[in-house]
Amino acid sequence: MEIYGYQRKALHSDAISTLPLYRSAPPLDVRLEDFELFAIDRLRVLKGISDGLSRGKKPEEIDNLAKDLWKANMRHPEASEVVNKDIISHFVLRLVYCRTEDLRKWFLSMETALFRYRFRLESAEAQRALMAEFDLPYKAVSNSEFESMKDNLGQVARSIGQPLTPADTKFYTVPFEEVPELVAGRRVFVHKGHAYVAMNQVVSLVATQFRSHLSKALILTNRKWTSSIREQEKDRLTPIVEALCTSYLGPDYSEPREFAEISIRDIDQIAMSSFPLCMRHLFEKLREDHHLKHGGRMQLGLFLKGVGLKLDDALAFWKAEFSQKVGAERFDKEYAYSIRHNYGREGKRTDYTPFSCQKIISSTPGVGDHHGCPYRHFSEENLRAALGKMRVNSRAVEDVMDKVRNRHYQLACTLTFEAVHGTSCDAGINHPNQYFSESQKVVQSKSHSTV
Amino acid sequence: MTREEIGNGSEDMVIDECEPEGRERNSVPDEFNANYLKVYYGKLFPHADIFKWMSYGNDGKHPACDQSYFSRREFSYTLDNDIYLRYQSFNSASELENSIKEKCPFKIDIGPVYSVDPAKRHAYAQTGDNVFTPVERELVFDIDITDYDDVRYCCSGADVCLDCWPLMTVAIKVIDTSLRDDFGFNHILWVFSGRRGVHCWVCDGKARRLTNEQRASIAEYFRVYKGNENSLKMVSFTGLALHPFLARSYTEVLKDFFESKLLLSQKLFSAEERYEKILEMIPDESITSELRGKWQENKRSSISKEDTNVVRWQQLKHILQSGRLKAQGLRRCVEEIVFSFTYPRIDMEVSKHMNHLLKAPFCVHPKTGRVCVPIDPNCCEEFDPTAVPTLSKLLEEMNVGALRPDVDNAEWDRTSLGKSIRFFRSSFLQPLLKSCKEEIENSYNAKLQHSKNSMSW
Repeated sequence: MEIYGYQRKALHSDAISTLPLYRSAPPLDVRLEDFELFAIDRLRVLKGISDGLSRGKKPEEIDNLAKDLWKANMRHPEASEVVNKDIISHFVLRLVYCRTEDLRKWFLSMETALFRYRFRLESAEAQRALMAEFDLPYKAVSNSEFESMKDNLGQVARSIGQPLTPADTKFYTVPFEEVPELVAGRRVFVHKGHAYVAMNQVVSLVATQFRSHLSKALILTNRKWTSSIREQEKDRLTPIVEALCTSYLGPDYSEPREFAEISIRDIDQIAMSSFPLCMRHLFEKLREDHHLKHGGRMQLGLFLKGVGLKLDDALAFWKAEFSQKVGAERFDKEYAYSIRHNYGREGKRTDYTPFSCQKIISSTPGVGDHHGCPYRHFSEENLRAALGKMRVNSRAVEDVMDKVRNRHYQLACTLTFEAVHGTSCDAGINHPNQYFSESQKVVQSKSHSTV
Repeated sequence: MTREEIGNGSEDMVIDECEPEGRERNSVPDEFNANYLKVYYGKLFPHADIFKWMSYGNDGKHPACDQSYFSRREFSYTLDNDIYLRYQSFNSASELENSIKEKCPFKIDIGPVYSVDPAKRHAYAQTGDNVFTPVERELVFDIDITDYDDVRYCCSGADVCLDCWPLMTVAIKVIDTSLRDDFGFNHILWVFSGRRGVHCWVCDGKARRLTNEQRASIAEYFRVYKGNENSLKMVSFTGLALHPFLARSYTEVLKDFFESKLLLSQKLFSAEERYEKILEMIPDESITSELRGKWQENKRSSISKEDTNVVRWQQLKHILQSGRLKAQGLRRCVEEIVFSFTYPRIDMEVSKHMNHLLKAPFCVHPKTGRVCVPIDPNCCEEFDPTAVPTLSKLLEEMNVGALRPDVDNAEWDRTSLGKSIRFFRSSFLQPLLKSCKEEIENSYNAKLQHSKNSMSW
């Protein structure tokens, strides 16, 4: 890991704050496996936050979510290593997420959200220290000064529709020219050239600084990556970095767990009740056309493996369909091999994992293809028709279409799940096999409760 | 009427005191022309004061003075025939004075201080490292009474009278108080624009160094109107309270002005089309029809001795402020109406950009002949735009003054301009220069201390 710059001293060694600002890469030795593992742990936190945000959670809920995720993932057996893990994982992810505009944007948003939550938790002293690190000339308002200003501060708060609560006593003063947006909106009390900034306004400003600094750093990192690091590290770090951003981090459904193998007899019924729309569509097309192109074979085939279809049953299933179009012989010759390949019985013997939603959404189905995510790839008309066939009620269809318009495809699928099954799905769908297993849970519990 | 030829100095004129026509011979036809202007620039215009002001203490007397400061300031001239000369700059007081006397501009504008002498700007790029760009500029405001045409009935367009001028007075009070109390500025100059408005120059170092974004934020802080011709209400106060700045402006200035002055001078409720304009601002049909009903039947009977406008305003207030109606749009309706009529309307674009040119104080307005004199914000209610000295009046006064030649005093001291120049010096220029000197001194000492420290072992 390249070392540039030396670490600033009072940052966290004094234990005033354990919230690093990631100003410069740490001069630490990192084990290669930690390089990857730490990054994955942090990625779980960021993806969890991303999930929460895209599901429209309120700020307090995001705070709790971030707290839980951080606690669950960013621990380390040695207490002294916790901060290092924090810093190292951040810098590794910088390498991963600096490489395109979209990646940078995502990383910036998640890291800033995370920073915001962690900043709010810090003690007043630690917060002041952090503000000083940003060269923000803030001064805390003493209790006595607050008392004398209380009426005015309260009035400003009421004027912007955010009345002060008894808990809101932390205010800071700063030269008014440092906070032009707040002054312009008359969102602060200004007196003798000083603006009186409330805590929540400070968090926004600090977060903005953090974000802007990280944004510039990411651009620089990208330059370094493309000009030297990627090549230098092509046998060591580069493959890890390139794999990291596409990694899906939930259960991978390569080993079907709770359910008995499904048999081909049951498959039609199960498809109707428990397949997500993407797989239903592929399944129906397969039944209709007795054929699927490669993308569809992969997406549906691996899904069925995850659902519990054994290799022999899979071969029989696909053969039954394809031979109606291409004949049994040609099936054996051209298609059987790739099915065996998917199950890890051929070639590299990699046991392929079923595709996650992220992967499916980002695929690019072409003419004659039926794979991909219908919420993304279908026209509005087709999607409405498909949802109608699944017997989703019209109100739910509108909610789904609304999510689609805002590009929240997984949320759309989750809403569909909820409409079809009549239950809520708090976890949010991010894998077709997850949809299936959740669906089966509901179906089974319903069949068990009815006598 | 024959134009009297006026020479370059009143010493040339012979006045016969005993002649009964003496007074007529002193009088100067009320006009604005290049000849009058030449005399004005020759004898009355305070060149040296302008130079001292624009130098901000960099007069070379202190080692830390910036010798290039004054020469990096842009001036611009509007000459006769509307010829416009930009990027004028000067290296000394005498250069400035001679240039003005020679070119005799109809209007002088002051621009920013640039990174380099504007005369050398072509050698520098617009972007990159070696740049020609503004580095300092006073924070300025421009308030023009034509922006209030929708709320004044006595005059329109370029006219101004003592009934509507108080709108300017109110604007000065509100903005001046805020600049001092809220923003902490001290060196503020208010100037009559010569015809129908006022300019404000905020000259503190901090103000001069504000970026465009910071200037815009102050202008926005002062802005209250958010609508346009299509919205019925220009002013809309949502929120549970008014920001302290607005509340203070209301209770200290606007409310009283509206109720005791404007209401009567503009007769805001006296005619149907006038009160309809106010009723439009009330988003409640039942209230407006109730009031309309009262006022339509009241048209004929004027039993009450009280002025109609006052009565109707009281009625309106009573309904809007009675406890029973707390609907969203009505909570601050009374304040909204008062603000619509009286709150300052500044020209946002003038304040937002460092490179905006603004007319220099003590210029003469070509259309009115009046001098752009300073206004004392502490007694701005007394300022009378119709009594401001004109060019011809000043020249007249000079003629009279020549009767008692007093070589010690400057020419202007014998005219009505004297008062303005003395005010400019004592209230504005001297305190400003004192503060600038201190600033220069302090930063010099700080630098010395710093270099001492870094050299210590």
